[in-house]
Amino acid sequence: MADSLTLDEFLARVAAFSAEARPAIAAADSADALEGVRAKYLGRNHGWLKDLSAALGQLPKEARGAAGKAFNDARTDVEGALETRQASLAPSSAGVALADPTMPARHAWRGAVHPVSQVIDEVVAIFRELGFTVALGPEAESPWYNFGSLNFPADHPAMDLHDTLYISDDVVLRTHTSPVQVRTLQSYPPPIRVLIPGNVHRRDPFDPSHAPTFAQIEGLVVDEGISFADLKATLTHFANRFFGSTKTRFRPSYFPFTEPSAEMDVLCGVCKGSGCGVCKQSGWVEILGSGLVHPAVLESAGVDSERYSGWAFGMGPARTALARHGIPDIRLLYDSDVRFLDQFAR
Amino acid sequence: MNVSHEWLGAFVPHGLPAERVRDLITAHVATVEGFERTRAELAPFVVGQVVASERIPDTRLSFNKVDDGTGTLLEVVCGAPNVTVGAKYPFARTGTTMPAGFVIEKKKIRGFTSNGMLCSARELGLGDDHDGIYALDTEAPVGTPLLSVLPLADTRLVLDVLPNRPDLLSHLGVARELAALTGTTVRLPEELPAAAAVTPVRGAASASAGGVRVTLADSADCGRYCAVIIRGLKVGPSPDWLRRRVESVGGRSINNVVDATNYLLHGFGQPVHAFDLATLGGGAIGVRRAAAGESLTTLDGAARTLDASVLVIADASVPVALAGLMGGKATEVTECTTDVLLEVATFAPRVVRGGRRKLGMSTDASYRYERGIDDAAVESNARIAAALIVAVAGGEVAAMASVGTDPAARASVAVAATKVSRLLGDAVGPEESAALLRAIGFATTVDGDRVTATPPSWRHDVARDVDLVEDIARLRGFDRLPDALTAARLGTVPDHPLYTLGVRVRNALVADGLLEVRPLPYRAGAERPLVRVRNPLGEDEPFLRDSILDTLARRAEHNLARMQGNVRIFEIGTAFLPGDGASVKEAIHVGALVMGARRPPHFTESEPPAFDAWDAKALAERMVHAAWPASRVELKPAEAPALWSALVDGTARGVVTPVALDAPVWASAAFGVELTLGKMPARPPAARGAHEYERTGGADRSTTPARYVPLPTTPAAEFDLALVVPDAVSAAAVEKTLRGVSGEMLESLLLFDEYRGDKVPAGTRSLAWRLTFRHPERTLRDKEIEGRRAQLLKTLEKELNVRARTT
Ligand SMILES: [Zn+2]
Repeated sequence: MADSLTLDEFLARVAAFSAEARPAIAAADSADALEGVRAKYLGRNHGWLKDLSAALGQLPKEARGAAGKAFNDARTDVEGALETRQASLAPSSAGVALADPTMPARHAWRGAVHPVSQVIDEVVAIFRELGFTVALGPEAESPWYNFGSLNFPADHPAMDLHDTLYISDDVVLRTHTSPVQVRTLQSYPPPIRVLIPGNVHRRDPFDPSHAPTFAQIEGLVVDEGISFADLKATLTHFANRFFGSTKTRFRPSYFPFTEPSAEMDVLCGVCKGSGCGVCKQSGWVEILGSGLVHPAVLESAGVDSERYSGWAFGMGPARTALARHGIPDIRLLYDSDVRFLDQFAR
Repeated sequence: MNVSHEWLGAFVPHGLPAERVRDLITAHVATVEGFERTRAELAPFVVGQVVASERIPDTRLSFNKVDDGTGTLLEVVCGAPNVTVGAKYPFARTGTTMPAGFVIEKKKIRGFTSNGMLCSARELGLGDDHDGIYALDTEAPVGTPLLSVLPLADTRLVLDVLPNRPDLLSHLGVARELAALTGTTVRLPEELPAAAAVTPVRGAASASAGGVRVTLADSADCGRYCAVIIRGLKVGPSPDWLRRRVESVGGRSINNVVDATNYLLHGFGQPVHAFDLATLGGGAIGVRRAAAGESLTTLDGAARTLDASVLVIADASVPVALAGLMGGKATEVTECTTDVLLEVATFAPRVVRGGRRKLGMSTDASYRYERGIDDAAVESNARIAAALIVAVAGGEVAAMASVGTDPAARASVAVAATKVSRLLGDAVGPEESAALLRAIGFATTVDGDRVTATPPSWRHDVARDVDLVEDIARLRGFDRLPDALTAARLGTVPDHPLYTLGVRVRNALVADGLLEVRPLPYRAGAERPLVRVRNPLGEDEPFLRDSILDTLARRAEHNLARMQGNVRIFEIGTAFLPGDGASVKEAIHVGALVMGARRPPHFTESEPPAFDAWDAKALAERMVHAAWPASRVELKPAEAPALWSALVDGTARGVVTPVALDAPVWASAAFGVELTLGKMPARPPAARGAHEYERTGGADRSTTPARYVPLPTTPAAEFDLALVVPDAVSAAAVEKTLRGVSGEMLESLLLFDEYRGDKVPAGTRSLAWRLTFRHPERTLRDKEIEGRRAQLLKTLEKELNVRARTT
C-alpha cells in the first residue's frame, strides 16, 4: 500500500469529502440524523476523516505539508458546519447543554440486588472469612430429609411449628433449610463448614411479618471436638461483624435437631438495651436460632456421633432486611414493585 | 403460658422483683416474651385516713378532713354512708385518673370544697361492692401507695413454652425452675386447704366408689383416671382470692367450681373436669373409644360426630365428654348442681392429638395432654382439687376412685462429665453437673466421671446424654461459656457450583441495570401439566411454577396496574416440573423481563428508546457468558412465539421470547429470557482435598483464565462489503461464509448496516459488513486484500446468491 498515492489523488479525496459532507450536514433534520452524519464523516472509528488521515501517511514525504494543510482546512470547515447545524437543530442538543454544565448527567438504569439477597450476601461474606463454603439443596424434599432425619418425633406437637405443604405423601416443600445439613453430611466427610441459603415454604398466609415462602440461611459445622463455646464465639463474632460492635445473649430454646438449643439476641440497635417499642421493651432483638447438632442427626447421615460433634444456626434474612431498611410490611419484599426495588439500587 | 408473678410467689418464696424473674427465666428456662403490669392504673392511689368527719345537712354527703401523708389535711366531700373517723381508705388526690377514665378535680359541692376522693372497691375496678368506700385493714402509714398495701399489683409474664417442656405450662413448673435458680424450694400455696384425706378405691381397670363404677377400656389411652364424688356443694361466685388467680392469667371467673378446676390447670398443669353427677346415667363412668356414629354436643354448643379415633368419657350408655378435650353440654355443672363427679386424669398424648385434629378443636386441656402432663401427680392433684372445691363451694368429699396403672419407672440416663465439658467447651465437673440436675428434680448418682440421672415424672424430654447436657448448660448459664474464637480445620465441602454460577449471573444482570425480585413461586393452572400442592394456601394459585418468566409476567402486570411501565426485573429461583409418578423435577432457572424505557429519561432526547428483542437477545448472551464463561453460545431462531433458542455448547438452555401480558394500551411490548442454570439436587462435586487442587490448580473450573493474545505490531487492512441479500438468506449464513472464506487473518467482522427499500430489488435487503484483516508479522499487500474480496464475493454469489450492492 505504501507510496501508492499521489498528492493530486489525495487532494481530490479531500475535496470529495468536503463536497459530500457539507450537504449531508445541511440535510440532517434531527439530532439523531446529524449524529449519523458525524459518525460517517468525522467518526473516530470508521469515519471518512479517519480514512483520509490514514491515507495522509501513504503520501510521499515532500507532499505531506500541502496535503496536511488541505486536510486540516477541510476538517475545520466540516466540523464548523456541523457545530452550526447542531446549534440550529435542537436547543436541547449536547452542544448547547455544555453551556450549562449544571444540567443532569445521562445515566443508564441502575440495577439492584434484592434486599433479602443483600443480607444473605453479607452473611456469606462474613462466614467466608472463617472458611465456610456454600451448600444448596432441593426445595421439593422427602419427609425423611425434612423431618425424620432431623429427629422430629413422629406425630408430635413439634411438627405444629412447621405447617407443611404437601405435594404427595412422599414429597413436601421443605419447611426449613436443615435437610441440606443431612444431605451435606451424607456427601462429604468432616470437617464440615458450610452455609446453606435457600427458600423454604410453610402453610402460613401472608401477614405483615410472615410469608408463605421465605429465605433462610443456615450454617453447619461438624468436626472432632466442636463445642458450644465454638458456637458462641463464632456467632458472636458474626454479630459484631454484621451489626457493628454489639453484645449477644443466648437463651435456651428448642429445635428437634439441636441439643442444647439456644436463640441468639443482639442488643437492640434502637435503644441500645434500655427497652423500646422495636424490641418490645426487652432491650434485645432476636437474630437466629442455634445449637449443638443433635447426635440423632449425625447418626441419620451415618456420621459417628461419639467421635464428631457440631453446631448449627439458622436465621431469616427477611426479618433483618425489614428491620435495617424500616420496611413495615414483608409483602413489599414479594410485590416486585420497581419503585420499591429501585430504592436498593447500587 | 401466662404466669402471674404474684401466684408464682405463692409456689416459691423467691422474693424477687418481676424484672429479675423475667431475666432469670429467659436466660435459663424459656423466653419471657411478654411482660405486662396489671392494675397499673391504681399506681397513683394512696392510703388516706379520715381524721374528722361531719354530715352536710339535708344530704347524704359528709365533709371530711383526710390525711394523705403530705402534711396538709385535705378537705374532701364524700357520698358514702360508711365514713369512719380514724379508718384508712384508698384515696385519689386531685389530678388522679380513675379506672373509669375521668380525672379527679378540685370542686365545690354545696359550698364545700372537695380536694380528692375516697374510693369504693367498685370505683377502683376491684369488684362490685358499692356499699361504701373501701376500708383498708392496714398498718401502713398514710401516703403509702395503695398497691403496696393491697395484694393487687401483679405482673403477667408471658412465657414462650416450646413443645419439649410441657412441665412449664403451670405455675408449679415455672416455680420449680425458679427455685433451682434461686436456691429455694417450692411449696404448696398457703391459700390452698389441706389435701382431701379420702382413701381412694383403687383398681387397674375398674373400681367403684360412692355408687359410681369407673372403668378404663384401654390403659394405653388413659394411664390413670381419678373420679372424686363431692356431694352437697353450692355453686356460686368465687371468693376474691380465687377470682384474682383466674384473672391474673387472663381468664374470666365463671363460678367457684369452674374457677377451682382452672386453678388446678394453671397452678399445677392438671386439667380437671367437673360433671354434674345427677346427669350421669347408670351410675357408671368410663374411658373408651367412641363408636362410629356416636355424637356429642360439647360445652361450646357444637354437635360433634365421633368415631373410633376419638377417646370419650361415657356414662353407662352415651359419651358425656371428649377425653382431654372438652366436656359435654348435657353434664355441665350449673347453678342447680349440688353433687359433682370430679375427673382428674391423664390421657395418652397421641390419642388426644388425634381427636383434636379429627375434630378441629384445641383447648387448654388438650394443649397440655398432647405435650404430656405429670402422670405421677394425678392422684395428689385430685385430692388438692377436691379439697379446693369443698373449701370454696362447700359440700363434702364422699368418695374417690382411682383407676389405672402407675407409670413405668423412669429410665436413668448417664453422661460423662468429660463429655459435658467437651461439648460445652468449658470445664464442668461431675458434682457440679449432678447438683444442677438435682435442683430441678432429677435423682442423681455420681460414680467418678460418670453422672447418672433419673428424670422426674414431669419431664418427658430426657432420653440421652445430650438431654442432660442441655439442662446442665442452661441452668449453669450460656453466659458463663467462653466466647473466644479458636482455630478450625478447613471444611471438605466445595462451593455448590449452582451457587457461584447464580451469583455471577446475578451480578451481571445487576450491572446491566436490572432489578432482582424474590416473589412467590405459586401460580394458577395451565394447559400443560404442573406440580400441584395438595393443601395449597389458596385455591387460586395451587400450582408450583415451571417457569420463572411466568412469575415475572405477573409481577410486570402488578407494576402496570400501578402505572409503572418501565419494568426490568429478574429472578434466579426454582422451577418445578412433574416427574415420574409423584416425584418432582426441580431446576434452578434465571429469568429476566424487560419492557419500557431502555434508560432513564434525559433532556437530550424526547423519549428514551424502548427495550426491544435485540436487548433481550443481548441479555441472554450476557447471562450465558456469566454462567458459563468458557462456553460457546448460539442464539438460534426459534419457533414462534419464541424468538431465539439459546444453545450453550450445542445444548438448548433456554429461550428469548416476547412476553404476553394483560397490559393497558400505553404499555410497551415486554421481552423475556429464561435459562436453566442447573438441576437440583445436582450431583455433589468431589470433596475438597489435595487431589482436587492437583486437578484444577485450585481455581474454580468454570472460569478458565483467558489466554493473552499479543497486541498487534502490524497495520490492519479493512474494507466494507455492501451486499444485496435475498430475504431467504440469514445474516448468520452470510457471516458463516465470510468467516469460512476469509481464513485466519480475519480479525473482526462487523455488521454495521441494514437497508430495505426501493434502492434494492424486491425480495432482498442490503447488509453491510466491515471486515478487518491483519497478518501477525507483516503488512498485508493490497493485492492480497483485493484477492480476498473477490473470492468472498464469488463464493457468496455461488453459495447464497448474495451479490455486491451497486446502487
Ligand atoms: Zn429497643
